[in-house]
Amino acid sequence: MVAKVIVVTSGKGGVGKTTTTAALGAALAQAGQNVAVVDFDVGLRNLDLIMGAERRVVYDFVNVIQGNAKLNQALIRDKRVGTLSLLAASQTRDKDALTEKGVARVMKELRDKFDWVICDSPAGIERGALLAMRHADIAVIVTNPEISSVRDSDRMVGLLDAKTVKAEKDEEIEKHVLLARYDPDRAARGEMLAIDDVLEILSLPLLGVIPESRDVLKASNLGAPVTVASPVSAPARAYKDAARRLTGETVTMTIPSDKRNLFGMLFGGRAA
Amino acid sequence: MFRLVGRSFLAFVLAPETPLDSWIEELDAWIGRSKGFFDSRPIMVDLSRVQLAKPDVAGFLAQLQARGMRIIGVEGVDPDWLGPGLGPLPSGGNGARVIELADVENTAEEGKEDRSKSDPTALVLDFPVRSGQSIIFPNGDVTVAGSVASGAEIIAGGSIHIYGTLRGRAIAGSAGNPQARIFCNIFEAELLAIGGLYKTADSIEPELRGRPVQAWLDGEILMMTPQN
Repeated sequence: MVAKVIVVTSGKGGVGKTTTTAALGAALAQAGQNVAVVDFDVGLRNLDLIMGAERRVVYDFVNVIQGNAKLNQALIRDKRVGTLSLLAASQTRDKDALTEKGVARVMKELRDKFDWVICDSPAGIERGALLAMRHADIAVIVTNPEISSVRDSDRMVGLLDAKTVKAEKDEEIEKHVLLARYDPDRAARGEMLAIDDVLEILSLPLLGVIPESRDVLKASNLGAPVTVASPVSAPARAYKDAARRLTGETVTMTIPSDKRNLFGMLFGGRAA
Repeated sequence: MFRLVGRSFLAFVLAPETPLDSWIEELDAWIGRSKGFFDSRPIMVDLSRVQLAKPDVAGFLAQLQARGMRIIGVEGVDPDWLGPGLGPLPSGGNGARVIELADVENTAEEGKEDRSKSDPTALVLDFPVRSGQSIIFPNGDVTVAGSVASGAEIIAGGSIHIYGTLRGRAIAGSAGNPQARIFCNIFEAELLAIGGLYKTADSIEPELRGRPVQAWLDGEILMMTPQN
């Protein structure tokens, strides 16, 4: 088994990297793939919370790198989706605890074990973010429809083309934009960048559009990826479509919406 | 408006190797073949490959100066060892290509031909220039077959042509060339400069935004017109 390694990155914080890592990981695992999600945000870990595994972390990424634990001891298997595993970051260390050599060794081990390895990058362009992207075959660049997020994403694209192992071997790293927290009504009123504007600036293919939704916050408070917590919600459907596109399927691009369903229900009810 | 002229120099970096005596012999032989090569060329000396004691450094540099070299900087030794007027090398110099003197055999003319072959006067980029990237090309024109992002910059000795959207900075005629121009298909720039005269987005007529634009210098004024 040789996994594809995905880095979920953005530059800017708070755009939805960790939510996306969990949701894409769970969506791929729900489709029967063997998936590991890896938290690179040493010192500010969050992925364990979003995955509802915070009380099950015994060994973490740093322990494995320093040889204090085997990879198998540190991987936490998800209780709801059996083919999904988490490698948590350490909360008590800083990003210097990740060594280039150590990360390379662990990534190689993960590649041999899984179909997909999804790396949750910390915000920023420093060491942690560079190590998270280092071994990736595919980059999912999470962007919100506002200019600062888009510019930071653009900066990350430049780094992906320069600082990854693939780039250094003169190979192209596959890059996709995932537009998160998108609100079609506000975009229509010009309060947000439109999808086309974002794609024109980044000149990259679109992996999916995740609508702004309360279900995302609800899911993270529950400690479950949104595709697990509310599988038929609009963001969950959007993430599932995105995951299918990652596996090479052609899925028509739509922006799933809850409102239309609600409206349809009300309307249908009155007509009957 | 005021002028800010960036200028980059080509300086040769001499990196002597041990044994020093035979290195100087080689140097003399090379100077004999290419007379006048070092005249009026700034030279930097990298002493990191030779272990020289403090008193020997001054003597060695004097030997080089005696051969008509203008030494503008020294690297690889404690800066305190150097006399006045000799600083350490500026940091951050890039493109440290080693020019093997042995390869440049006979005349200076041959050298010139080589240079015109190896140093193209135009740079064409087939990809978008991303935020945070800086394309510096002092030799001539830069053409971008894509967009230049906000927070990216193009610095060209000659003109700049952008076939996508210019959202970042374009600095043409960076060595002071007033003939340089800037063209872009969609104008959203943060800053434009030609020959050291510049304008920021704030001082650019808003009607130009989103349109194809040409910029050039009319004397001391940076002019801009839409192309359609």
